Amino acid sequence: MIHSLFLINASGDIFLEKHWKSVVSRSVCDYFFEAQERATEPENVPPVIPTPHHYLISVLRHRIYFVAVIQSEVPPLFVIEFLHRVVDTFQDYFGVCTEAAIKDNVVVVYELLEEMLDNGFPLATESNILKELIKPPTILRTMVNTITGSTNVGEQLPTGQLSVVPWRRTGVKYTNNEAYFDVVEEIDAIIDKSGSTITAEIQGVIDACVKLTGMPDLTLSFMNPRLLDDVSFHPCVRFKRWEAERILSFIPPDGNFRLLSYHVSSQNLVAIPVYVKHNITFREGSSQGRFDLTLGPKQTMGKAVESVLVSSQLPRGVLNANLNPSQGAYTFDPVTKLLTWDVGKINPQKLPNLKGTMNLQAGASKPDENPTINIQFKIQQMAISGLKVNRLDMYGEKYKPFKGIKYMTKAGKFQVRT
Amino acid sequence: MSASSAFNEEKMGSSSVGEAEYAYDPVSGKIFSSDYNRHQSRYRCIICAQKESHLVHYVGRVSLQMIARGKNASDLFPAVVKNVACKNIEVKKLVYVYLVRYAEEQQDLALLSISTFQRGLKDPNQLIRASALRVLSSIRVTIIVPIMMLAIKEAASDMSPYVRKTAAHAIPKLYSLDPEQKDQLIEVIEKLLADKTTLVAGSVVMAFEEVCPERIDLIHKNYRKLCNLLIDVEEWGQVVIINMLTRYARTQFLNPNLNESLLEDGGSGDKTFYGSDEDEDDDEKENKEKAEAAALAKRKPYVMDPDHRLLLRNTKPLLQSRNAAVVMAVAQLYFHLAPKAEVGVIAKALVRLLRSHSEVQFVVLQNVATMTIRRRGMFEPYLKSFYIRSTDPTLIKILKLEVLTNLANETNISTILREFQTYIKSMDKDFVAATIQAIGRCATNIGEVRDTCLNGLVQLLSNRDELVVAESVVVIKKLLQMQPEKHSDIIKHMAKLTDNIQVPMARASILWLIGEYCEHVPKIAPDVLRKMAKSFTYEEDIVKLQILNLAAKLYLTNSKQTKLLTQYVLNLAKYDQNYDIRDRARFIRQLIVPTEKSGALSKYAKKLFLALKPAPVLESPFKDRDHFQLGSLSHLLNAKAGGYQELPDWPEAAPDPSVRNVETEEVLNTGEGRIGLLGDWREVPEWTKCSSREKRKEKKVEKPFYSDSEGESGPTESADSETNSASASDSASDSEQSRSSSESEESDEGSESEEEKENKNKKKVVKKAVKERDTIFQTITPSGTLKSYELLHRITGEGLSVEYCFGRQPFSPDANMVAVQLQFTNNSTSETKNLHMKDVKLQSGMRVKEFPEIELLPAGDTASAVMGIDFCDSTQAANLQLCTSTRKFFVSIQPPVGELMRPVFLTENEFKREQGQLMGMNELTEKLILDAKYRNEHAIVQRVTTAAHLSRVPCGSDNEFAGRTVTSGSLVLVTVATGEEGVAQLTVNCEKMVIGTMLVKDILLALTQ
Repeated sequence: MIHSLFLINASGDIFLEKHWKSVVSRSVCDYFFEAQERATEPENVPPVIPTPHHYLISVLRHRIYFVAVIQSEVPPLFVIEFLHRVVDTFQDYFGVCTEAAIKDNVVVVYELLEEMLDNGFPLATESNILKELIKPPTILRTMVNTITGSTNVGEQLPTGQLSVVPWRRTGVKYTNNEAYFDVVEEIDAIIDKSGSTITAEIQGVIDACVKLTGMPDLTLSFMNPRLLDDVSFHPCVRFKRWEAERILSFIPPDGNFRLLSYHVSSQNLVAIPVYVKHNITFREGSSQGRFDLTLGPKQTMGKAVESVLVSSQLPRGVLNANLNPSQGAYTFDPVTKLLTWDVGKINPQKLPNLKGTMNLQAGASKPDENPTINIQFKIQQMAISGLKVNRLDMYGEKYKPFKGIKYMTKAGKFQVRT
Repeated sequence: MSASSAFNEEKMGSSSVGEAEYAYDPVSGKIFSSDYNRHQSRYRCIICAQKESHLVHYVGRVSLQMIARGKNASDLFPAVVKNVACKNIEVKKLVYVYLVRYAEEQQDLALLSISTFQRGLKDPNQLIRASALRVLSSIRVTIIVPIMMLAIKEAASDMSPYVRKTAAHAIPKLYSLDPEQKDQLIEVIEKLLADKTTLVAGSVVMAFEEVCPERIDLIHKNYRKLCNLLIDVEEWGQVVIINMLTRYARTQFLNPNLNESLLEDGGSGDKTFYGSDEDEDDDEKENKEKAEAAALAKRKPYVMDPDHRLLLRNTKPLLQSRNAAVVMAVAQLYFHLAPKAEVGVIAKALVRLLRSHSEVQFVVLQNVATMTIRRRGMFEPYLKSFYIRSTDPTLIKILKLEVLTNLANETNISTILREFQTYIKSMDKDFVAATIQAIGRCATNIGEVRDTCLNGLVQLLSNRDELVVAESVVVIKKLLQMQPEKHSDIIKHMAKLTDNIQVPMARASILWLIGEYCEHVPKIAPDVLRKMAKSFTYEEDIVKLQILNLAAKLYLTNSKQTKLLTQYVLNLAKYDQNYDIRDRARFIRQLIVPTEKSGALSKYAKKLFLALKPAPVLESPFKDRDHFQLGSLSHLLNAKAGGYQELPDWPEAAPDPSVRNVETEEVLNTGEGRIGLLGDWREVPEWTKCSSREKRKEKKVEKPFYSDSEGESGPTESADSETNSASASDSASDSEQSRSSSESEESDEGSESEEEKENKNKKKVVKKAVKERDTIFQTITPSGTLKSYELLHRITGEGLSVEYCFGRQPFSPDANMVAVQLQFTNNSTSETKNLHMKDVKLQSGMRVKEFPEIELLPAGDTASAVMGIDFCDSTQAANLQLCTSTRKFFVSIQPPVGELMRPVFLTENEFKREQGQLMGMNELTEKLILDAKYRNEHAIVQRVTTAAHLSRVPCGSDNEFAGRTVTSGSLVLVTVATGEEGVAQLTVNCEKMVIGTMLVKDILLALTQ
């Protein structure tokens, strides 16, 4: 299915290639470079590019293009999903997925790619299995390896692939047994000029970090499972139990994993935790524009809105901006015309405000487009949908684990039109 | 591998020691530097010479970096490949990577390593077997094709499912190397398809898709199994299986929407009416549809095949998968296969994917766009999820716009248009242009808003951005072309705009419009021309061209008013700086102004200029894309990609659903029950067996992990035990166990499906066969235990196995013949017909009475027959030919000597007298020592009568037995005289010395065994 893989960095160098079937010349990437040139923005490169003999399917992550070469019909999502899985694995192994990290760990990268695909068909993509096959490099291990000459490859053969629970490695042992769950919700919203909500949705995930000895069987139940409208599970979750009882029952993989992602039913009205008062105007004939932006909290249930970051793409005609923030700092990039304002925490008593003038190109006419304002924020200890975990139980093992649940609300794609 | 491990086996000469010392230098230095060639020879020595621990660095760093960078590292090949037998796992793996990369170029050297893998294939550890097969099959060297074929075949029947999975992976590799092997590979695929483990299922279906996707018949038997296993297969396998099953279902089941599509076709006039209802009240609409469907169903009932239902039911939970490819696969399956009312479930899952990476969004939106054309109602509740954010990449924006346009209808058009209005202000001009086109499409599709849209678009004409204006004019032009007569006021309005609008493209478009429809605005058009003539010299070139066009058209329709104006314009154009305009002016003048020399063409000038131009069709580029299987690469590109399998149309009539029934394989079971229960075995077991099996089966079904519903503590335990036991040491036995359990499951399934099935015809045959068998069993009363021999093994007989035994019953048609009782068992999955014998090749004098032909032997059933053979008192084998309707088998029956006689009744005196006559050469005596346990009379009698078909002489002093050979009727007399301490003497008196000698041997064996 997947013939070859090329890794291309932002400056257009192919810095890694791997072939699973016969070798495909790297000149095939020329078609990709052509498409890249045609696209104005890096993310506008079409994910699927047909060439006379091959098809190129690419994903862009961390400013690296992962270009897979396909020779015949295959579901494109199959390849895209796999490439993302590769990136996730690299990130899992090296902490970051950068060109430098990949070049430094060429051997591990090659070993991983070799295990993940056989003849172009995915073989082992589960992180727990891969970690049994190939130990992730750490500074300590690299040093030890250099001195003693031992290797990264696991000494015993992986049995995970053969077990009924392929996502969990065997023989896990911890002195401190702990299971942490993070409920993270993101608000996607579009707010129109007048401040009314055009669309707002809540998407949530439950990320888990489970370090438990042996083969524990966990059940997680919610106070209000009806909130969850649409869910997708890690393969470990028993689907039928969820259907029948709305309980998450699973044998967890070892380490970090995403247990569940969900969508809160759209019937519920979404509480929007911030509001924006804005006044961005350009006058006809004058070469100046006014900019005035105030943020304020609303419906936050007493929790503080933190790490607020406002960004806006100003019209092309804007040359410069002279603004005065009441708190935090702002930057304006005159090349990309991107204005960012790092607000920090919103103080309800003294609302943050950014005010000033924008200089337009002399003689240019008034821009017709209005910039949109993107807002990022975080609210700790609250799930905006009101979702609450009821309890977490463990079966199958004798010890008593330490359990922890954390809630957080973030802005997803939160946009205010002006 | 420990660092202290020994030096590499393949030590190079003495020089190696010296080289090792500066081993680190080149590696720590820049490998990417251009001067690596200088070092290359040095690397070679190092690779040959190093300690294992260091090898990792060299093989890894040097060769891998070069491979990774696309440089040619093939010079190192011999040195690297030497290490293939190295014990260090990491070195081994790296060498494998290298080997697979360069084997094609260096075939001869690669062959040297083959033996290592062949050894690996025999390793007791399943993982080593698997990895050996994996690498062996990845070496693309044509010479080893036979070796690969053999290895794959062997691995396909390996007891470890993991090795079988690897075998499945190897199949497409071999196929791509040598397509000639297809037939053999299909056999392996067929075998692996029958595999019951989830591990194998995905991989073998992938092999099936690559090698023989057209052999849909291979799927029949495995269809239900695949459906049931699906949820537990790993995610990549799920995608492949679901795509394949979609195609399969399209060939095997009936269209569930047939009635509805008939309805649509019939009432296409009403369609828009329903369409307008749709969004107002979905439920009501559904009810209505249901009612209509029900009404139609009365006329033409449609019943969904239970297998079709099974597929839909078992794929639905996978919509919850975290893997976007799986969700998409299920979505396309539902779109292509589900009844209209059920397709809606996929919308939610697809909308969820829109939160994912932009590449995923791109593919999903393409598919949603196609779906929305057919099934608009499905996505209407999610309209807002397709609203566009300024941060979306342009590709995504345009696709979302496409979906929004498809979703637009009378009720939501106002919200959509409001949304479009904000989009028009976007900074992304490509996107703005696409929005204007979208507005145009909404206007054509929804009559009510056409005027609003037109007004909006007309306003856009004053936009500063040229692209926006041009696009609006183009769209307006298209809209007006549809109904020009209704919109003469807009044309008038646009005529007025000429005073204000400065964008040349827009001016040009307006002029074209006025020219084209000058008949609708007869008063204004000449005035516009007048104004234009005034400003002609200041206009842009494209505008000038359109002025010329306008003038020409007006001259043709209204020459009275415009003749002079046209002349003026043409004269201006004649002296224009642009040669294009001069050319055009000359051309038009020749055409329209009649002169003496004017050619034939001027007659047709009106036709040329005022030809009716077809209105451009504004339709979605995604229309008709659904003839490609959704989710496929071909669909995305809207062009057939290599290896794309067409999605077949629904069949007119459903093919035989019984092909998916899995046949029973319980020969042994029924065999036991049959003899014991005789008469009533038919009635009793059917129900009892069935229920108990079902129970057992339910248990089994729960076993798969993901799908189990009742948690309890069961699954935990099983998981524990199974993973623990799956450790490498005892994995072999473990997998064996699982295999046997899976086999029992298999027979369960089979029996169940057989019970389901109501094939009357077949049952009749079975009953008939049973009757025959019963009569045989009743007439033959076996004395003691009958020893049966194998005539035809089930493997060689392709599922048909035959056993024979000597019934020791007189063969009524011919007394000189020995009765041979044959038992036929059909183990195959298809029935065997016309079982008979032919062309018997016999030794001279031997005769055979053939058994009556067995017309039909259903799969899994057993039948018996009796034949007679005259062996002429010799133990020569009778060679026969056994024929079925399709095959011939050569078989032979060899009688033990003891069967060549029949008992005679002699008194003791007669026995003594006869014995007295058969002395000398006819008497054979053998001494033997009987085992302590078998010294009693009874044991001796039993053993002798088992060995030979004789009868005991009653009241004899010793154990005396008498019989006659079947053909010649010669007497056979046996005496076993027992002495003390188990010492016994065996005496055989027989006229036929050969038979006598052999009989002694046989009886001796029987007694001392």
